[in-house]
Formats: sequence, structure tokens, C-alpha cells
Amino acid sequence: MLKNRWFLILTVLVLGLAVVVSGCGSKQQAATGEKVIKVGLSAPLTGDVQSYGEYTKNGFLLALEEAGYKAGDYKIEHVIVDDKNDPTEGTNVATKLISVDKVKAIIGPVTTKPAIPTSEIANNNKVIMISNTATNEKVTVADGKRKDFVFRACFIDPMQGTIGAKFALETLNAKRAAVLYDQSNDYTIGLANHFKDSFVKGGGEIVAFEAYSKDDKDFSAVLTNIAAKKPDLLYLPDYHQKVSIIGQQARQKNIDAIFMGGDGWDSPDLDFATMAGGYFTNHFSADDPRPEVKAFVEKYRAKYNTAPEFTAALAYDATKLLLNAIAKANSDDTTKIRDILKDTKDFPAISGKISFDQNGNPTKSVTILKVRADKKYDFVTLVNP
Amino acid sequence: MERFLDQVINGLQLGFMYALIALGYTMVYGIIKLINFAHGDVFMVGAFVGYFGFAQWGLPLPAAVLTAMAVCAVLGITIERIAYRPLRYAPSISVLISALGVSLFLEYFCSLRFVFGPNYRVVQRPFEEIHWTLGGVTFNNIQVMVAVVVIVMLLMLQYLIYHTKIGTAMRTVSFDHDAARLMGVNVDSVISATFAIGSALAAAGGVLYAIAYPQIQPFMGIMPGLKAFTAAVLGGIGIIPGAVLGALIMGQVETMTAAYLSTQLRDAIAFAILIIVLMVRPTGILGKKDPEKV
Repeated sequence: MLKNRWFLILTVLVLGLAVVVSGCGSKQQAATGEKVIKVGLSAPLTGDVQSYGEYTKNGFLLALEEAGYKAGDYKIEHVIVDDKNDPTEGTNVATKLISVDKVKAIIGPVTTKPAIPTSEIANNNKVIMISNTATNEKVTVADGKRKDFVFRACFIDPMQGTIGAKFALETLNAKRAAVLYDQSNDYTIGLANHFKDSFVKGGGEIVAFEAYSKDDKDFSAVLTNIAAKKPDLLYLPDYHQKVSIIGQQARQKNIDAIFMGGDGWDSPDLDFATMAGGYFTNHFSADDPRPEVKAFVEKYRAKYNTAPEFTAALAYDATKLLLNAIAKANSDDTTKIRDILKDTKDFPAISGKISFDQNGNPTKSVTILKVRADKKYDFVTLVNP
Repeated sequence: MERFLDQVINGLQLGFMYALIALGYTMVYGIIKLINFAHGDVFMVGAFVGYFGFAQWGLPLPAAVLTAMAVCAVLGITIERIAYRPLRYAPSISVLISALGVSLFLEYFCSLRFVFGPNYRVVQRPFEEIHWTLGGVTFNNIQVMVAVVVIVMLLMLQYLIYHTKIGTAMRTVSFDHDAARLMGVNVDSVISATFAIGSALAAAGGVLYAIAYPQIQPFMGIMPGLKAFTAAVLGGIGIIPGAVLGALIMGQVETMTAAYLSTQLRDAIAFAILIIVLMVRPTGILGKKDPEKV
């Protein structure tokens, strides 16, 4: 009985306190009359590509901090959610950002899989979305229709595949390539197809073009077949953890071809010992000699004590693009912000000068990197489209 | 021809991997007629504990395997005590749902940051890989180790079940709970022992799997668990040699499909064969005559 009464008193107290506190909060906001725009970040903070999420968050926060959490007359508040690199989870958190947190813009998602459903939701709700690194074409265009509110800071899959093939043919002198890709992932399908098309067009031969599924861990059957065809190059357009395991098994099967891939390789979780000597196309290199890159790398290092990789650089670029557009529009009307974004010309971003084409995709150069066994990359060259 | 033999070896490796998991599945089913869907997740826990053992606590590999087996044996007994024993006389569908619940619980609980964390971990192998070439066919020490472990496990299980007192008690319980109890068999402790052994087998399998495919994460048990379950059903669930036979067939079918037909159809064809076999022989290849409802 006594216990019950105490419980009741405690409940009343807590509830009362909650009312008082929340009341104070709203009063304060009204008093200062500050204008606020909320910006969401959707990134894979857990799951198979969590290192991207971590870097993206860092790049995003660095850009906000530099701007003093302000754009024009608006104070910028941020909400960070975890899409787990999963389309369903991405849909859930995007819905939460838009309907619960009422954000006006979303930076991210980082990868194509959650970015495609998120772009649909954002566009339907007239919320700006700028993905930092989702490279699939379908992120900004669906069935030939442009999703007006969706942009990105990276180049797209056709360019990565095409430039990868060009580099393989012209610089590496590869003639025979084998391609392995994940049949359940639009990103790897896109890269694989564009690589194949350009490689064949450039006079090369594709000796094997094989799919696997997301949960496969054993590639020995396919790799035994590929080994017999003696390719010069093995194109592996998947994420770091998958290409590491394929790479290991390929070497076990005595395939001595050069490994090549896309931006999915860039991660501290890559198996550097196995993949050493491999090349991949990327958005950004911390070793790029341009002064703006050097300055960014220094700032990033000062704050996080580590070098940035591409998702960090592009998250920084995406956030800057957004803040710039909000400041210019000086309004929380997303249609106005979108119109300014659309007309972006030669925006001085870390990853190159960004201008948007009619589909919200930037045109800019592609960086080629080479993997070293000591967990670093060598900057090889920049290839212009 | 050499390439074909290489593919046979590839298939054997995959098959023995499935067999490692299928043995525990089929043993538990054989004794208490319960499909323990959490088996694949116990396998995952075993892989993690083994990985911590040899990669982080610096244990020698056999000690790491034994630690993993001990931890999983305790885990198996706990799961049985909490999730299955209260439902012993409930309809079998309730137990099945409880098993699914345990499976999901283990996956998501282990994903928490203070448990194993949700991320992939790269496993540093505790020993170097050595290749041998024999008559043009290449194989390695990991494949040999997996095959040896499966065969030893199979023989030990057969011995345990047919030539020891606890094995006799297990078979008694599997025939008839109540009659066994009337004959003075302690049914609860026999079932606990069954779970302990099954889970320890899963743990050993998990550690070997982590060495063969050196990447682990909390959801790694789902697909191999499903495949191993399929293999056990294919061979005749509840029959221990059947699990190994079914697993080897699954391994060959998957590998041959990927090698000579299409990598995209690999799982589809493997499961199609399962359906066809079950249509012709509902109790599996080595199954007993009287069909059992699952």
C-alpha cells in the first residue's frame, strides 16, 4: 500500500517536471524567434559497410561545424539516423526523418541500396536529398522521370565502369577480363555492365561474366572455371568485405590476374595484403596534390585524428552544396533551395568542380588509386570523362 | 577432366561445411523431434567465441575450439531450459515458433555493441594455408581438416548413440518420452545432454567455418543453417549418416550448378532437387518408412 502511494507521488512529480520543462523549452524558442532548418543524415552506422557511415558522419559534422551550424539567417539543426545499408531500414528511417523530425533536407544515404527508396520518399515529400556516394543512376531518375529534389555529390556508375575499362585497356594493357558481381545489388550490376560494354567496345575480351548472391561465401566453383581461362584482369565491383574474400579465394585458385574494382574498395576493412597491387576507381584521394584537398585533409585530421576517405570528402561536399543553396535561397522553402541547387555551376568542392547535369549528377574527373600492402593507397592518376 | 576433379573437391569442401552444421541439427531432431532453428545461431556464437579465443585471448587453436564448444554447450542447455522445456507438451507448432524466437533473439542480441557488435570482423587464421597438388588436383590443409573433423564427429556420434549408456537413454527417449520415464530414465537430463552435445558440435563447426571463410558477423548463421537443415532433410532428418550424405549431395549440386550451368541458379537448383527428392521419398534418402510430420 505504502509502496503504491510512493509510486503515485513519484509519477506525478515526474509528469509535472516534464510539463514544466517542455513548457519552458517552447517558450524559449518563441522568445528568441530563431529560424531553424533541420537537416537529416542517413548513413550506415552499423552493418557490413559501417566504416562508410562513420566517415560520412564525420564529413557531415565537419562541414556543419565550419559553417557554424548556420546558413543565411537560418540555424541548422541536425538529426542522424542509421540505415544499416538496407533498403527496408533506409525506408523506415527516411520516413521517420520526414514525418517525425520534419527535416527539410537529407544528406545521404551513402550506398545505392537504401538511397533508391529514400530518394522516392524524399522526392514525394518535396524534401531535398543529396547523397554523397550512391552511384547508381536510378537514385535521381526513375523510369525516365527525373526526381526533382534529388541530387548527389558523386559521379555515377556508368562513369566508373567506363573509366575503369578505359584505364584497364590503355594503361594496364589488359586484353582478357573476368567480371564477378552481386546479382542482388544494383550498384555492382551497374558497374559490371558498364565495364563490360566499354571493355568490349575498346577491343578487349570478357572471358567470364558471373553473378553471385549476397550471402555467398564460397566462390571456388566459379573461380576454378575462371582460372582455366587465364584472364589478365579480374573486375570485382563490390564492397570491400566481399572483394576481400573473393580475392583470397582467387589467389588460392592460382589466379594471378590484376584485381580491379570501384569505389566500394575504399575502406580500412579491405584485406590489403590480398588486394595489394589492385586498382580501383574512386572519387577522391587524400594524396591528391591539389591545395584544396590538402587543406581539407588537414582540417579533418585535426578534428578526427585520422585521414579522410572518399565518403567523408563527399559527405563534406554534399553538406557544403546544401548549406550554400540554403544560404543563397535564404528561405526554408525547399522548392527555392532546389532551384538554386539545380543551377550550381563549378562549385569548388573537394572532389573537383561540381556542376549538375539535367539529372542532378555532377560531371567531374575520376581518381584511380592503387592498393598497397601497408594499408595505404597510391594516387595513380585522374581520368577525365 | 582435371578441372572437373577440382570442382568435385570444391563441392566436397562446401558439403563437409554443411555437414558440420547438419550433424547437430539432425541429432537434436532425432532425439526430441524438434527442429532447433536456433542451431545456426549457436553456430555463429561458436564462431565468435572461437575467434576471440585464438585471435584475441591468444589461446592455441584446440583450446579455443574447446572453449567455444563449452560455451555453446552451456548456451544450448540454457536455451532448452528456457525456451523448449516449458513447451514440452505443447503442440509442436508452439515449440517451432519458440525456436524461431530464440534464433532472432540470438542474432539481434549478439549484434548489440556490448556483445559482439553488428560489424563484419576479418578472422586472422591461426595457421598458414598449405596447398598440395596430387595428380593435377589442388587441395589445402583447411579442406583436409574440415573433412577429418566431420568424419571423426560422425563416428563419435554413432558410437555415442549406439554404444554408450547416455546414447541408449537418448534412443529410449526418442521412441517414447513417457515410457522412458516409467523405465527410470531421467528424461530432462537426457534432453539437456542432447542439446549440450548438439550445440558443442555447432560450435566446433562455427570455428572451422570462420577459419575456412575468414569473415564473421552475427547473421552469418542464417544461410548455412538453412542449407544444413535442407541437407539434413534431404538425407533423412534424424538419421546421423543421412545428414552427412545430404550435405555432401548439396555441396556437389551447388558447386556443379555454379560451375557448369549458371551461378545465378545455384540456390534455386539446390532447393529444387530437395523438393523433388522429398516428393519421391518424403522421409529423405536414408529415411525410415513411416513418414513423420514436421
